Amino acid sequence: MSDSFNLEIVNPEKLFLSLDNVSEVVVPAFEGDMGILKDHISIISFLKPGIVKVFKGNEVKELYVEDGIIEFSENSLSILTSRIIDIKEIKKDDLSSMINEANEVLKDENLDDQKRFIANQKIDVLNRLN
Amino acid sequence: MASLDDLKKRITSVKSTQKITKAMKMVAAAKLRKAQESAEKGRPYSDKMHNIILNLSKNINDKENAPKLLAGSGKDNVHLCVVMTSDRGLCGGFNSNITKKAKSYFKKILDSGKELKIVTVGSKGFDQLKRAYKEHIIENISFKESKNVNYFDADKVGKMIIEKFEKGEFDVCTIFFNKFKNVITQIPQEQQIIPLKSEKSDDKNDVMNYEFEPEEDEILNNLLPKNISTQIFKAMLENSASEQGSRMSAMDNATRNAGEMVEKLTIEYNRSRQAAITKELIEIISGAESL
Repeated sequence: MSDSFNLEIVNPEKLFLSLDNVSEVVVPAFEGDMGILKDHISIISFLKPGIVKVFKGNEVKELYVEDGIIEFSENSLSILTSRIIDIKEIKKDDLSSMINEANEVLKDENLDDQKRFIANQKIDVLNRLN
Repeated sequence: MASLDDLKKRITSVKSTQKITKAMKMVAAAKLRKAQESAEKGRPYSDKMHNIILNLSKNINDKENAPKLLAGSGKDNVHLCVVMTSDRGLCGGFNSNITKKAKSYFKKILDSGKELKIVTVGSKGFDQLKRAYKEHIIENISFKESKNVNYFDADKVGKMIIEKFEKGEFDVCTIFFNKFKNVITQIPQEQQIIPLKSEKSDDKNDVMNYEFEPEEDEILNNLLPKNISTQIFKAMLENSASEQGSRMSAMDNATRNAGEMVEKLTIEYNRSRQAAITKELIEIISGAESL
């Protein structure tokens, strides 16, 4: 396939996912969702909590990420994230405990704007999944 | 000479010690494999992170406004040392090697008249350092409850360090851990994480023209704290592999030594039993002769 590129998702524990021939990846970049196709310009950006969509052939894979950095160069995309879960494998209990976690963070009154934004975003996404 | 009974007791006791050390060796061997695996699996993340930071820092033109975590606070008066050791003992020179390395570093710092602060991770390091450096230790963290090394523990330590740095409690941060080379060799390491030491590799091939979204500074500000946690996580993984390796070889030695001791004691036991029999025979014979 000529319109495809490689994707690697790593978390601190292991190489989470490595795929060839991916046609498109949509990532929740900090300043808005970003779709990446082959021959995208080399870019480094970071993510906010959200859903990564991976298009490969006719399949679409959806993954929840909490934060991360993406790097795209020479038709290979790396996503580094500290927490990533396949949406199909996500459990209701985990969701609610993650929402509680984020709510806990929001209780802190000295929170700076960026952290508050991230926590709100997280609750938003998680509620949509719930 | 000890009596027969005493010898027998000693032999049994050494044998049961041997059984324990042998079991510990087996357990360590099994854990080592797992620890080594996760250390290897963790490598891509830290390598990638390192690469991205390298690229980013090369693209920063305005060195003076660079994030403090990268450039440092401009001073070098207060040193924070994070000494990472294990929570359990019986692993040979593992913990002493780290503390020895750390102590020589402490001495250097104190001799040059700078202030020293110590954070210990793992209770064994705390035990070894508290006598000589009690007034310098500001925090002692231990993860006895977590069975495996996980990123969230490392993240906690990382966040704590960053918080202290932002409050201006220290200028330079160094971590101490054992790097796993192989089962018999672990190399104690010191690594400076704040300010980040840029490595000398100036390969021009590495430098790529990246687009940044948002600006470089902002990405760096977001990335550098993560890098600290990642480095600590890496150190923890290396440490846990080293700990198991070190324990395995220590227990292997102990098992062998116990085996030698059992052999020696058994010979002594047999000899003295034979001596007793001979003595009794002589008594009987000389008794019969006197009749």
